[in-house]
Amino acid sequence: MIGLTHYLAVAAILFTIGVLGIFLNRKNIILMLMAIELILLAVNINLVAFSAFLGDLVGQVFAMFVLTVAAAEAAIGLAILVIFFRRRGSIAVDDVNRMRG
Amino acid sequence: MITILAFYLFATLTVTSALLVIFARNPVHSVLWLIVAFFNAAGLMLILGAEFIAMLLVIVYVGAVAVLFLFIVMMLDVDFAALRSGFTRNLPFGLLLALVLLAEMIIAVAAWKAGPVAAGVSPSAVPVQPNIVAVGELLYTRFLMPFELAGLILLVAMIGAIVLTHRSRGDSRGQNISRQIDRRPEEAVRNMQPEVGEGMSL
Repeated sequence: MIGLTHYLAVAAILFTIGVLGIFLNRKNIILMLMAIELILLAVNINLVAFSAFLGDLVGQVFAMFVLTVAAAEAAIGLAILVIFFRRRGSIAVDDVNRMRG
Repeated sequence: MITILAFYLFATLTVTSALLVIFARNPVHSVLWLIVAFFNAAGLMLILGAEFIAMLLVIVYVGAVAVLFLFIVMMLDVDFAALRSGFTRNLPFGLLLALVLLAEMIIAVAAWKAGPVAAGVSPSAVPVQPNIVAVGELLYTRFLMPFELAGLILLVAMIGAIVLTHRSRGDSRGQNISRQIDRRPEEAVRNMQPEVGEGMSL
């Protein structure tokens, strides 16, 4: 029988893969954004799994909000990426210090 | 039985395609594997009975976000081979971090199983209404305010993306509506009477 733990395990593995992706592709910001999407997907799986196993729909509502924010974040991130590419001609973000941060 | 089979199929495919997302050499392949991962995650959520979220995942993620990624990857002329140069250098540290994170989560789950769970909620509450109806009822009553805020966030994101990427190009000839409206027939039409056999110059 499939229990809550199974879903939590899948979500944990997905989350870990996402974090690993961020750390491995330090230069390629497109892949970093994709890794962030994977992390948010893991969070969504967690929310939906808890919602289903606790019999409470609020988890699914929040999964929808997470989805909304993830879509907005992807759009803004890619827009910033496009203008960054126009200025610099590359998307290497490993040594970006335009704002001296 | 079929549920267990489907769960393991979807879970394996999700994890495998997620791994391929971060290890693929070509970013276009990464995006395509991301789409596979989203489809299989939607399958996982379907098994749980969350049909609405599953459909939303397919429509929003596969239909919008992944296609957006695909556009950007194909639009930017980037030397992706050079971007992978730090890959092997970051590999040990990244793997170490991932292992620590995974161990933390396993410990957390073990502790959660050992300790007293906040029990009392029976999962046997069979939903009387379909999933979409129930979610909609919750969204439009109890979570109306966050729902509106989510719409506002999307609006801000849309305007922000347009403002960020918009640039006025000098070589494009746009439509000047006030000039069109100001134009009078006298300056637009000329009455000519050319002789037979002669042309006319404009």
